[in-house]
Amino acid sequence: MMGRTSVVLDEADRWLFRVIIVVSLFVLFKGHNAPGGGFAGGLIAGGAFVLRYLAGGALRLRRTLVFRPLAGIGLGLFVAAVTALVPALVGDPALTSSITMLDIPVIGEVKVVSSAFFDVGVYLLVVGVVVQILLALGSDPLEERR
Amino acid sequence: MTLLLALHALAAAAMLTVLRRRPLTGAWLGVATLSAMALFAAVAGTTADAPSVSWQWVEAMGWGIHLRLDGFAVLMVLVVSVLGALVLGYATSYFDMDRQFVRFAGIFVLFAGAMNGLVMSGDLFTMFVFWEITSVTSFLLIGLNDESATARFAALRALLVTGAGGLCLLAGLTLFQVASGTTSFVEMAADAPTGRVIDVALVLVLLGAFTKSAQFPFHFWLPGAMAAPTPVSAYLHSATMVKAGIVLIARMAPIFGDRAFWQWLIVGAGVATMMIGGMRALGQTDAKLLLAHSTVSQLGMLTILFGIGVPIATYAGVAHLLAHAVFKAGLFLGVGMVDHSFGTRDISVLNDVGRRMRLAMVMGGLAAASMAGIIPLFGFATKEKSLAALLKTPDYVGAAGTVALVGVVVGSVLTVGYSIRLFTGMFGTKPGVVASELHHAPGFGLWGPVYLISFASLAFGLWPSAVGRLLDSPASSLDAKSAGELVLWPGFNTAFGLSVAIVLVGVVVARLIPLRLIAPRLRLSGEGIFRVTYDGLLEFSRIATSRIQTGSLVAYVGVTMVVISAALVVGAVSGFDTALLDDLVWFDSPAQLVIVGAMVVLALVVLFIEQRFVAALVIGGVGLGCAALFALHGAPDLALTQVLVETMTIVVFLLVLRQVPQRFEAPPKWAPRAVRVGIAVAVGAVVAVFAALVSGSRSGPSSGIDYAELSLPEAGGKNIVNVILVDFRGFDTFGEITVLAVAALGVANLVKMARREKTTTGDRP
Repeated sequence: MMGRTSVVLDEADRWLFRVIIVVSLFVLFKGHNAPGGGFAGGLIAGGAFVLRYLAGGALRLRRTLVFRPLAGIGLGLFVAAVTALVPALVGDPALTSSITMLDIPVIGEVKVVSSAFFDVGVYLLVVGVVVQILLALGSDPLEERR
Repeated sequence: MTLLLALHALAAAAMLTVLRRRPLTGAWLGVATLSAMALFAAVAGTTADAPSVSWQWVEAMGWGIHLRLDGFAVLMVLVVSVLGALVLGYATSYFDMDRQFVRFAGIFVLFAGAMNGLVMSGDLFTMFVFWEITSVTSFLLIGLNDESATARFAALRALLVTGAGGLCLLAGLTLFQVASGTTSFVEMAADAPTGRVIDVALVLVLLGAFTKSAQFPFHFWLPGAMAAPTPVSAYLHSATMVKAGIVLIARMAPIFGDRAFWQWLIVGAGVATMMIGGMRALGQTDAKLLLAHSTVSQLGMLTILFGIGVPIATYAGVAHLLAHAVFKAGLFLGVGMVDHSFGTRDISVLNDVGRRMRLAMVMGGLAAASMAGIIPLFGFATKEKSLAALLKTPDYVGAAGTVALVGVVVGSVLTVGYSIRLFTGMFGTKPGVVASELHHAPGFGLWGPVYLISFASLAFGLWPSAVGRLLDSPASSLDAKSAGELVLWPGFNTAFGLSVAIVLVGVVVARLIPLRLIAPRLRLSGEGIFRVTYDGLLEFSRIATSRIQTGSLVAYVGVTMVVISAALVVGAVSGFDTALLDDLVWFDSPAQLVIVGAMVVLALVVLFIEQRFVAALVIGGVGLGCAALFALHGAPDLALTQVLVETMTIVVFLLVLRQVPQRFEAPPKWAPRAVRVGIAVAVGAVVAVFAALVSGSRSGPSSGIDYAELSLPEAGGKNIVNVILVDFRGFDTFGEITVLAVAALGVANLVKMARREKTTTGDRP
């Protein structure tokens, strides 16, 4: 650990972590029509994990994780690859976008573009990479041994 | 057809994952897959037209998957699938049902699929694709016992040799494609391309075939591959994979076999391989190694028969290929069975095995007699046919044919010699040797396949004309003129006379020549060359690495910077034109000036900072300035990403800097401050000038204009940057995220390694 923990960081982490994740998802899905996208969204979500790491160290970061960062990286690549290849299976060139209009009650009409899934893959991968690097460089060997 | 091939891969995947804990179920799934393939080939092969499938990928380069199930392919698919199913069944009794078996079975089925694809390939490119899969799976199977250094090295050596051959094949087929516009066997046969380029391509293709089929001087990897478990050796390194080169030669020879250099290469390699393999086989006491060298020798004979390009020899080759696959698989599995039961396969130690296992002795005798070419086994009929064909070959190809004939006759003498030695050594009773102890009697899973395959040698041999008729279609699909028949009793002719002489001399050889005399130690063998090249390359890279990678970060950055700016200067000077600077706009708004000014100041400040972390922060400030410029220029996406990346970089810096001293160390003597400032300023200036020149020298219209128009209708997005990333240039993005993933893996592993080193040095007293 890097010295003492800061109360301010601790509180910021507690309040902001989820907010940042939501914002990152917003940026991810908004990306097709406005600035943002998988890469930016992933980095923002990565920022949330950085905040958690700064506030609570590698241990708290580890406890937060739903799955290992390597799994995130692999899943991201997989999702992107599947999105790229599905059009090829139905005879279109790989990575062709298909656009569907969904009518969801309450929310109204939502336009779904298949390439959004590609961006989801990028997002997952970027988050995975950030957390992976955080854990690799940030874990204290002494702390692990304890 | 394609579906069945894909089924192999799917079955392999299932066996390695969901059926991991149920290895026996997995193995039966594999057997079922192979049986289905065999059944399909047998049914589809009876139709007059060869069924074919084509998947075009890059048409201009002739890249695609083209499968064609002609007569020869049917025969090979049957060999691959039937033997594969039997060997896999045998393996369920041979191995313990542990993780190693799961790995074996999965890769085995994957290999069988690749091999089936290879023999059905309709052109060189398709063959190359499957060829490489077989090389990799063979590597994995030779090294199945990954705790043995010998096995790992043997696997690596086999991979390097066959991999190099694969590259030769790739180069050859590329030349074919460029020079003649096709690599399809059917098209090339219809209109055989000629020319010097084609000749070079042929030599390259032959080199590929020679490495794969262990022809001299590349024969040495095959005996090493015996480090694999016996079922692997029996299947890959005897019956199937090593035949890949033969298949390639068989496809090419009827088209290009009339060239003199081709004939001499084939005959030279084939005869040398037969001799070396036969000699070495005679000198072995390890039954499995004996069989390996014998395989090398037999492959030499097949190379000659298929490669010489004479129709009747092609027919003999097809017949002998089948005979060899059958008797060699039987022998290999039989040796594995004896090894399994008695705990050794050393023929100088085994004693009294024959009396303990009567039936095994009879069956082993059948297979060995077939190998030696004794009437009435199948090997007799095919060898007889081969001799008859080679007696006529000189009429077609002159002196090369004579050399081939003499070579095959001498090689066959050796074959008889080692066949006798193998049989008596395995099953005979030796005076003065302790009788071997039977650890556990083989179960049905072991002896079933062995006896079945061995018995086939007798059955085929007793009804050679029936089998011979079935071989007409495979032979004529290679060469329309190729046809023939097999007979049990050929009558007293020259070939039969030769056969009798071969057997007689062979018996004498087996009796008289002692083991030690013929353990040849060839210094200048292919193995020696491989070793010297391999060690030399490793040594060279070690020296080069220690010279280039000095460990000085200053040196790395300095060299990189200087080289890049030198290259840019050369490029800029050669294409320099003041007109390029005409359109240059110095700035759009005063705000830009302010930001740039701040960035310059920050950059200068870095020079005077002594603490690493502060320097990193200030450089981050420069990056944020850059982001602000992007934003001002109307590129919010770039600006957003730049800000986020800068933030993340600072965090990573923070983490890394904990490990290194807080302050910069003193500069090395050879790079004082002045030199480093000079390099920095020069690089900055060069990059700035170059950027200005480049932005003025656009020669084509911007591709962004099309993107802007297509963005909404084609990809349904208003943010063109994002649409480019995920749709128009999605492949680029995919490549980039792959790099990112690999980089993250690299970081994680490097850190882990560094940490381990630190702990070990720390623990030292």
